[in-house]
Amino acid sequence: MTARPLDTARSASAPSSALRGEPLLDVSRLTVEYVTERGAVLACNEVSFTLRRGEILGLAGESGSGKSSLITALTRLQRLPALTTGGEIRYHTRDGHLLDLVTLDERRLRPLRWTELAIVLQSAMAAFNPVMRLKAQFADVIVEHQPGITGDEVAERTGRLLRMVGIAPERAHSYPHELSGGMRQRALIALALACEPELVVMDEPTTAVDVVMQRQIMAQILRLQRRLGFAVVFVTHDLSLLMEIADRIAIMYAGRIVEIGAPQQLYTDPLHPYTRGLRDAFPPLHAPLTKLAGIPGSPPDLRDPPPGCAFHPRCAQRLPECEQVLPRLHQVLPQHGERQVACLLHDSIDPGGEAS
Amino acid sequence: MTTAAPTSDATDEPALLAAVDVSKHFTVRDQLGRKATVRAVEHASVALHRGRVVALVGESGSGKTTLARMLAQFHPVSSGEIRLAGHRAPPAGRGYFRQVQLIFQDPFSSLNTLHKVRHILGRVLRVHGHAHTRAEVEEQVLSLLNRVNLTPAEEFIDKRPREMSGGQLQRVAIARALAVRPTVLLGDEPISMLDVSIRLDVLNLLARLCDEEGLALLYITHDIASARYLCDEVQVMYAGQTVEGGPKEAVIQSPKHPYTRLLIDSSPDPDRTGRGLRDQDDAEDLGEPPNLTAPPDGCRFHPRCPFAMDDCRRAFPDRTTFADGQWAHCWLHQHGRSAELDRTTSKELP
Ligand SMILES: Nc1ncnc2c1ncn2[C@@H]1O[C@H](COP(=O)(O)OP(=O)(O)OP(=O)(O)O)[C@@H](O)[C@H]1O
Ligand SMILES: Nc1ncnc2c1ncn2[C@@H]1O[C@H](COP(=O)(O)OP(=O)(O)OP(=O)(O)O)[C@@H](O)[C@H]1O
Ligand code: SF4
Ligand SMILES: [Mg+2]
Ligand SMILES: [Mg+2]
Repeated sequence: MTARPLDTARSASAPSSALRGEPLLDVSRLTVEYVTERGAVLACNEVSFTLRRGEILGLAGESGSGKSSLITALTRLQRLPALTTGGEIRYHTRDGHLLDLVTLDERRLRPLRWTELAIVLQSAMAAFNPVMRLKAQFADVIVEHQPGITGDEVAERTGRLLRMVGIAPERAHSYPHELSGGMRQRALIALALACEPELVVMDEPTTAVDVVMQRQIMAQILRLQRRLGFAVVFVTHDLSLLMEIADRIAIMYAGRIVEIGAPQQLYTDPLHPYTRGLRDAFPPLHAPLTKLAGIPGSPPDLRDPPPGCAFHPRCAQRLPECEQVLPRLHQVLPQHGERQVACLLHDSIDPGGEAS
Repeated sequence: MTTAAPTSDATDEPALLAAVDVSKHFTVRDQLGRKATVRAVEHASVALHRGRVVALVGESGSGKTTLARMLAQFHPVSSGEIRLAGHRAPPAGRGYFRQVQLIFQDPFSSLNTLHKVRHILGRVLRVHGHAHTRAEVEEQVLSLLNRVNLTPAEEFIDKRPREMSGGQLQRVAIARALAVRPTVLLGDEPISMLDVSIRLDVLNLLARLCDEEGLALLYITHDIASARYLCDEVQVMYAGQTVEGGPKEAVIQSPKHPYTRLLIDSSPDPDRTGRGLRDQDDAEDLGEPPNLTAPPDGCRFHPRCPFAMDDCRRAFPDRTTFADGQWAHCWLHQHGRSAELDRTTSKELP
């Protein structure tokens, strides 16, 4: 794996920008289970979607809906008792090869980590080694992917990465606990970008910081993303944040994607009743206030999900068949834009009703 | 309204609970074992009235929890006074907690998970002498469960915490606070651990308790939109100082302190028009929240404030009061520069 120096105009040069919008990841029928004494938990249930190069895909849904399970499966960072028990994750390399990340062995996976796939987790404290200075942790990642790089070059690159996220290069000498929470989180983002990955997966990277810092970090992520062209899968329960950053948003409920589409469409014209409920669960900051109702009931137990549509016990619009028939994620009529939804209220455009 | 008085509204009754010019300093030791003082809250005042909700917002570490703990008398004040119904509050104890109840952020750790709801609520009723016989306990527990919408109450009374969702648990925590029959509830981020889809239920419940039962509520949150939804009045803290307060729409729609402005401009807003996050170009570093063992002099926001002037570094500004009771501590108003706050777009803010 050849590492590319940062700030050489990779994103401006032909390959990556020419590929923008091409598929990067094709996920199909991905199923993730937790094997427990009390039975299997279906954390992701036949999840399918395509991620394009340079795209920001937001993933929203309530606690326990399977968001973290999905992205740890995507990056192959899952650990027992989580198991990917079905489906494929086809990864398109820059030079046109297709790899199935589900079956790829560790030896071939290793070089992809950091240079192709990087992850930023909610807790930077847990991601960094507490007894190593930042510079040593950056060096580990950089050297592993670019053996033979000199110490000076590593130091210089580390400084540049930190500056990129608004941290003074001298702070490379600090231990993680010597940084504030917001700085640590930004340092983690810099580390994820150290080898210029194609895909950065972020699991609630800003929930531990307050809104001012969150906005600053988000603005930084977006600037870097525009410059370097990586694709992002961004997990959060905060739909209003996704509205501002995502190219597309996928809504998860009980282990399945129930709706996916462009933010504006999803917001102004949500098709799935759960999406609508989620949208209406955020009181406005400036618009006139009205009484909001939230979504009645509570999320299902994934050990024993309701039959049919898992949302039906909480759904005000349910039809009799919702209790038995599992709605598949399907394309809807063009007047709703390029969007897929899994709900029996919405007809599928292909008569078979099966899209995948 | 005088400059030193705590915020009060149109009501003539004294506040059910008020903090008057309170400060809290903690003594800590650093890694080398040296003593240092954390100036967590400085000269803060807040007044809670019957049937009204005050939201306390501000960044992490700004002293919101510390202020609530002083109100609940979990922390003694370093200076200033806590007043209950117009008089110096009696020492912390059962009598005080009968009036003032604190609800914590995390219902999972604040409830004993081994016992059934009947026991959790029944114990509080007995301890406070509201119920004596088994039948009285049963009847009152059921009525509490109905009040917090845990229905059918006959079913929930026999559940244990681990058989309930976070939203249901938080209602049990609220029911437990209500079992005491307090006049004041202090909610320290009572919905932040809950799922988005059930937060509104809890907010609506709290609103109903204030409207229908006349509880006074302090609502601590990071989430300005939820504060706007629930409260009557907002008070903003920054680094231990209360920098602004007043009727919610005044504070949220036309903030009079640069920090409030920054906080509101930073809050996610799906209706945001104009410059969103996506087309923000290179912004300067906003700087870090201050270290409270060595806080900046004067207005603690000055190192991050685009308007900072010499006075800001020298002294904390007096309170300026505006029409409809909104107030702020900011030198801009004392230098005739109030209009700059409205003129500056969020782009020019840090
Ligand atoms: N180690 C585990 N053993 C058993 N079940 C688990 C384990 N980890 C997660 N689960 C279950 O898998 C489901 C999906 O969990 P996951 O962490 O992916 O949800 P999430 O959408 O990321 O939620 P959150 O918003 O709370 O982070 C949940 O029902 C959860 O209880
Ligand atoms: N018991 C304590 N000993 C020493 N310092 C403390 C103690 N409690 C709080 N502090 C410090 O006081 C300051 C204010 O903390 P506080 O918990 O009141 O903030 P907060 O506004 O509630 O923050 P958050 O939004 O993160 O809950 C912080 O700097 C904190 O580290
Ligand atoms: S399929 Fe039925 S139950 Fe499910 S969300 Fe749609 S309407 Fe509701
Ligand atoms: Mg998660
Ligand atoms: Mg707090």
